[in-house]
Amino acid sequence: MPGDIAISVRGLSKAYTITHNAERHVTLAEATLHRLRHPFQKQQKETFWALRDISFDIKKGDVVGIIGRNGAGKSTLLKIVSRITEPTQGEIDLYGRVGSLLEVGTGFHPELTGRENIYLNGHILGMRKGEIDKQFDAIVDFAGVEQFLDTPVKRYSSGMYVRLAFAVAAHLDCEIVVVDEVLAVGDTEFQKKCLGKMQDVSNSGRTVFFVSHNMAAVSNLCRTGIVLDGGRLSFIGSARDSIDYYVSRANARQQADSDGDMQTCRPSWARPTIRGARVIDADGNTVSCLRLGSDLGFELSFDVGDGAPLVNPVMGVVLNHPTFGAVGGVNMIMTATRMENGPHRTGTIRCLLRRPPLLQGEYRVDLWLNEGLTYVDLLSGYLTFSLEESDVYGTGRTPYKQMGVMYFEPEWRFGDGVQPRPVVALDGERVECA
Amino acid sequence: MDATLSQSAPLLTIRARSGWAALNLAEAWQFRDLLFSLAGRDVRLRYKQTALGVAWVILQPLIAAALFAFVFGKIARLSSGDVPYFLFAFAGMLAWNVFSTTLSKSSTCLIGNAQLISKVYFPRVILPLSTVPSALIDFAVALALLFVLMPVYGVVPSLGMLLLPVWLFLLLVLAVGSGLIASALTVSYRDVQYILPVVTQFLLYGSPIAYRLAEVPARFRALYFFNPLTGLLEAFRWSLLGPGGGQLHSGYLAYSAAFSIALFLVGMVTFKNMERKFADVI
Repeated sequence: MPGDIAISVRGLSKAYTITHNAERHVTLAEATLHRLRHPFQKQQKETFWALRDISFDIKKGDVVGIIGRNGAGKSTLLKIVSRITEPTQGEIDLYGRVGSLLEVGTGFHPELTGRENIYLNGHILGMRKGEIDKQFDAIVDFAGVEQFLDTPVKRYSSGMYVRLAFAVAAHLDCEIVVVDEVLAVGDTEFQKKCLGKMQDVSNSGRTVFFVSHNMAAVSNLCRTGIVLDGGRLSFIGSARDSIDYYVSRANARQQADSDGDMQTCRPSWARPTIRGARVIDADGNTVSCLRLGSDLGFELSFDVGDGAPLVNPVMGVVLNHPTFGAVGGVNMIMTATRMENGPHRTGTIRCLLRRPPLLQGEYRVDLWLNEGLTYVDLLSGYLTFSLEESDVYGTGRTPYKQMGVMYFEPEWRFGDGVQPRPVVALDGERVECA
Repeated sequence: MDATLSQSAPLLTIRARSGWAALNLAEAWQFRDLLFSLAGRDVRLRYKQTALGVAWVILQPLIAAALFAFVFGKIARLSSGDVPYFLFAFAGMLAWNVFSTTLSKSSTCLIGNAQLISKVYFPRVILPLSTVPSALIDFAVALALLFVLMPVYGVVPSLGMLLLPVWLFLLLVLAVGSGLIASALTVSYRDVQYILPVVTQFLLYGSPIAYRLAEVPARFRALYFFNPLTGLLEAFRWSLLGPGGGQLHSGYLAYSAAFSIALFLVGMVTFKNMERKFADVI
């Protein structure tokens, strides 16, 4: 519908030039000398397209999450929207003032007091003095730094510093808000406040443009999702669909990458019997990237070729974490499972783990095949998969990645018949802060 | 197309600019609060954690003038006409400091604020321009000191004083113009940081600051004509100290004014065109 568009992007491209042969000349003398020595040499320049032909429209009041791998062009897009850098081609129409929160506290000076920094930072963000005067109390209130207004911010705790910085930016009166990963800062209490503030912002009809690696935040906060891949727009739709699309794309890519040589993953004693191996989801689809808390399976297919058929084929799986090593394993001997109707020349065995409590991260799989208790074949690290964080608790918070290799799904009980009450209630797709 | 037609005009269209982009002074004006805020920050921070604090604003030109008066007046025995050498040198330093602080501060202002440039949008030209207010404050303080010193030495201010703002303005135009070029170049080529002190050192001794133009041997005097500072410095001292301080050469002055304004325009255009790459290169 025309008339309610906030951002219209048409054919947007951004190229960076990478100079090859001669490293970039940092000094004038170098540049001049090089020119003199090689007057006719054409500098080998390679153009790197950080963004390529991106077009989309964003409606007013929409909260848009931008998803993509590192280097997909997310930050470049935000930088262009917030006018820090110029596009190479294409254009963006902005129907409203843009306020950007690319990094909290940019322009804060440690020697200046809180009060001075509020004004300085407000001016940097494009606020006029009158505007800041009007919002001053609200800013101070939100940040909770009343007593320290006339203290240099270098004496602030890092929490106070971030709170003050976010508060200034959050009170910028603009129709379009550009946010890059600010929620990664501050303590939990303050993060909640920020999420709440962002929610207010979008409820008040302002448009929010949000880049985050935190899928939980994206799925909770955003209505629309945009997936960037290699500088191109590869998907636009609802936030949930976008995340699903992103995860499935990551799978397809990894699959293509891992069609490497199986032989290199075998120890010398192994008899090449395993012909196919893959990581699967509950429906048997090949995957390599799953959300936290989803079912995870492994499949191997074997073919003994000219060798003796297997009377009692046994499959075993060991999962390895890059820093913690082996995190667990299972095999058919342990569980006393037997493949009937042997001997088998060929066969397929699947091992499905229901909601394994593994934390997000990259995992490597050792997959082995026995004839009873005798080793036949082993693929060490041929299969890999990654778990992407997701909102397993339905709270917008994910388990912390650095907390080992497992997450738990606890039931909290209180004495004296006190009932638990979730602080952050889930209302449809939105987080409301109590 | 229909959609865009029925829509009210966008507030802003971002697109690649090419060629010699127009100078967007209107936008810079919108951000004038930022200019003063940044200038205020610099003034507030400059003498933080110094024992003497603001006293340095007075001490610096005083010491320099005393040194010049001693070296040129006593050792080299140059004449300062009918004006005491110390006062003569102090008036010269007054003008020189406006020029050199603006130039040196603005040349480093972009890389000094690299974080700002790569994270927030604002008209970049604000940064070099924000060095002017603090240079002016220094100037005002030193000028007040000069007014205190003049009766002490028995020098009476003349009506020429009224023209002082004109020379000051031209001096600032010259300083900001060269500052714009220097700051824009520094983003890509850090050498400018090292060349600039040499250039200012050269200008300090190559301009009639610590000595009178009349003391320069006649065969070299023609060279001084090409230095745009010459005319302005002479005019400056003429205004402050009367004809004994300097000469009003209409030829020198016209050249200085034309040079300053031309350099300023070149600086603005250069800056504007290099501005696009700042966030990518810095």
